[in-house]
Amino acid sequence: MSWSGLFSQLLEIAVALLLAPLLTGWVNQCRAWLQNKSAPSLMLQYRMLRKLFHKESVVAEHASPLFRAAPYIVFGCMALASGIIPTLSTDLPLSPAADAIALVGLFAFARVFISLAAMDIGTAFGTMGARREMLIGFLAEPALLMVLFSASLITQSTSLTGIVETLAHGKFTIYPSMAFAGVAFTLVSLAENARVPVDNPSTHLELTMIHEALILEYSGRHLALIEWAGSLKMFAYSCIGLALFFPWGMAEVDAPGATILALPVLVFKLAIGGALLALIETVSAKMRIFRVPEFLATAFMLAVIGMLVHFLPGA
Amino acid sequence: MSTDLIHLDWILLLIAAWLGIGAFGILALRRFRFVAHVLFPLGGLVCLGVFFVALQAIFAAPETAVLPLGLPGLPFHLRLDALAAFFIAVISGASAGVSIFAAGYFRKGEGTPPGLLCLQYHIFLASMVLVVLADDAYAFMVMWETMALSSFFLVTSNHRIAAIRSAGYLYLLVAHVGAIGILLCFGVLQANTGDYTFANMRGQHLSPFWASAAFLLALFGFGAKAGIVPLHIWLPEAHPAAPSPVSALMSGVMLKTAIYGLLRVSFDLLQVQLWWWGVVLLALGLVTALFGVVFSAVQTDMKRLLAYSSIENIGLLCVGMGLGVLFRAYHMDALAALALTACLYHVASHAFFKSLLFLGTGSVLHATGERNLGRLGGLMRYMPWVAWVTLVGVLASSGLPPFGGFISEWLLLQSFLFTPGLPDPFLNMLIPIVAAVVALVAALAGFAMVKFFGVIFLGQPREDKLAQAHDAAWWERAGMLWLVAGCVVLGLFPVHIIEYIGRVTQILIGQNLADTVRTHGWFLLAPMSVARASYAPLVFLVVGAASFYLAVIMVRLLYRGQSRRAPPWDCGYPAGNARMQDTAEGFGQPIRRMFEPFFRMEIKHPSPFDEKPSYRISLDDHFWHWIYLPIARATEAVSKQVGRLQQGRIAVYLLYSFVTLIAMLVLVRL
Repeated sequence: MSWSGLFSQLLEIAVALLLAPLLTGWVNQCRAWLQNKSAPSLMLQYRMLRKLFHKESVVAEHASPLFRAAPYIVFGCMALASGIIPTLSTDLPLSPAADAIALVGLFAFARVFISLAAMDIGTAFGTMGARREMLIGFLAEPALLMVLFSASLITQSTSLTGIVETLAHGKFTIYPSMAFAGVAFTLVSLAENARVPVDNPSTHLELTMIHEALILEYSGRHLALIEWAGSLKMFAYSCIGLALFFPWGMAEVDAPGATILALPVLVFKLAIGGALLALIETVSAKMRIFRVPEFLATAFMLAVIGMLVHFLPGA
Repeated sequence: MSTDLIHLDWILLLIAAWLGIGAFGILALRRFRFVAHVLFPLGGLVCLGVFFVALQAIFAAPETAVLPLGLPGLPFHLRLDALAAFFIAVISGASAGVSIFAAGYFRKGEGTPPGLLCLQYHIFLASMVLVVLADDAYAFMVMWETMALSSFFLVTSNHRIAAIRSAGYLYLLVAHVGAIGILLCFGVLQANTGDYTFANMRGQHLSPFWASAAFLLALFGFGAKAGIVPLHIWLPEAHPAAPSPVSALMSGVMLKTAIYGLLRVSFDLLQVQLWWWGVVLLALGLVTALFGVVFSAVQTDMKRLLAYSSIENIGLLCVGMGLGVLFRAYHMDALAALALTACLYHVASHAFFKSLLFLGTGSVLHATGERNLGRLGGLMRYMPWVAWVTLVGVLASSGLPPFGGFISEWLLLQSFLFTPGLPDPFLNMLIPIVAAVVALVAALAGFAMVKFFGVIFLGQPREDKLAQAHDAAWWERAGMLWLVAGCVVLGLFPVHIIEYIGRVTQILIGQNLADTVRTHGWFLLAPMSVARASYAPLVFLVVGAASFYLAVIMVRLLYRGQSRRAPPWDCGYPAGNARMQDTAEGFGQPIRRMFEPFFRMEIKHPSPFDEKPSYRISLDDHFWHWIYLPIARATEAVSKQVGRLQQGRIAVYLLYSFVTLIAMLVLVRL
């Protein structure tokens, strides 16, 4: 472990924690523009977090300790995830500790806890949300894993930094399997981040909500942590996408100072990605909950086909 | 006593101690306190002894012994090698927790007298260890049958209930059909030499045809015990019927003896491995795993849910083993070692987490008297101990980091990713599909486990009487804590565990993962090289915990508000009650809908004009209707035909004798 490695590691986590709400704000702003609404401020997310941190938090009478621990656990998982995914540099001391499979496991861990917390109060909405979240999860999780596997078949490594190094710094090649994986990844990340075709982040309509139903009973500091963790998750997913499909501009192992230079590149890429997300959300309509499995099964199939395509030329 | 036999002697001594404890149980047949608080803990202590001796024995050279038991001229041969020692360690390690739990579990006046139960229980333990030790077919079969019979009596300990009797009958039936397969397998393996010792079998070089016959017979025989689809039907019946410590032993431990048998036959006794065996194992394993997990997600009985989850795990074990066979057949021994390591790792972690989960249901059953998920809920408030402990089992079972289940899954997925390189392009194409199904199964297991934990322990109690539920007593807690420790150690110290497993793969395929793993330091698990893949559970846990506390500290710094308790908000709906939560059926509904072809479903919807509307749904297993019921009907039809011979009149029977005699005479004349 080198000092520059430690520096880029800490910088990465700090950047993720600070920039994640901004990304959410940017997506909301773009969406408002595209929908001809007057856009909210970019800083709105920060203000909301500040407001929530200052408000009283109301906990249901018979909530168990699990309910109160869950926001911290989810936040911790997402912070750790943002430390594992290479965003600025590939020289990360945490990288050998967790590979792509561990990252998927980490997301699953957070999902299990937020679902359990939603079931803890025992309201109809909470359990409904938990069921739907797990339904989405059990299809999205293997699909994400297959997307990551498509990349690791090319690079012969499941280490995230290893994948990025090979893809970014190796010879430029277009991999057909990555095209399938890219489409699959887009579908999965829409579902996992509760975006429009699957869920609507700006609705509380009882029968359609998924993510909002899960966190219905949270308020104050707990809600702030969950909202922050939600933006962190979106940030993390965007960074996975960038790392797999547009890895250029990231600092290499032995390039001091390059980490700082990588930051504007990352912000630029995220801005474009966020705008695209807003575009997808604007042009598509929310689908019925029973169409969601089909949607995710498509993603899963595409990812598997991607892996098969990888084997085709050699066959 | 020679020094090089020391481990085997110790284990035999400890087995004798088990049998002695069982005999004491008979002497104190109805002295409940003595049996529960003295004999069972002593048995647990002996388990611990066996556990530590077996751990030592993994690193020792193979030891053999001949017991002068059995028939004259046909003594029992025993052999303790690394494979046997590993399985003995798993068996005794998990049983130690179960025995300690059992000290607080069995209650007065339920079914079999406690002393008899104690005898059956310890014979069961002893026979499982001896099955693994056996080094000839005769000893193996005797111990195998002892294991089946003792567990049958344990399953039917509440024999006054008809459903339990029929579950026990089904179990015994399948166990014996399976035993025939194993017996025939040994018959093929000895290759007409008449010598049934395993040492002789190892020396035989069978033709591919006979080797395949032996493998398929073993697969059938051991598959019936392990619960490979379609021989799985006894598991969901027998596990709920048995008392919880017994279900824990059967599901967590006994199923592993079948895996042991399959490994012993296909990697040790058979000298050749054909590639298509691996494909068969892979296919059966995948079907079993997917079938098990889908069924476990829709169950409404907590022990049935766990039984189906065991079927799923057996499927995953078969997948690992199948991959191992496949690599072995193509002489890619390093990869075969990786796949087998995944399989053996999962053997250990499943033994611990599944025993833990069954014990958790035992505590719930005791506290509430309910097995039906629809009548549970909110128990975390009344039984926090059991709830937190079970949560560890649930997380391990869902394959989440940093517990044991994740590591085996990780290793299994790694062995898929290293696959490209099989000489057959068709097989290469198959591998991603298999990996995809494994990933799907793992994610579905998470769904089933969230349902299991959420419906039992979270939410509001669905019945009033649940408010009287009490937490587990000290013995039960101690037993479960031992198993929790197992899950945690398996999750956090993979490099150390692989040192042990490496010895096993060394004797099975002559390759060892431990040497590679060791070079990267004790906290970093990297089966090939760090550049390819690595995982450091301890670092992962420490950084995860650090970010958790970061969040806590951050809230301390940022937070200005107060906290207060209030009725749940529930979108402002004031009249919510416990009946409005998702039931077990409700939670499983998406799975039921998505995997509809898996089930034989009968739904009765109420008509709109019904004054007392009712909704009934029954889910059934296709295999019952495809395989078992036809066989049962055919048996009945044949016996009915045979039954025509029985007229119940002496004259008719005399006529039979007369006709037979005439026929014989004619035959002899010819």
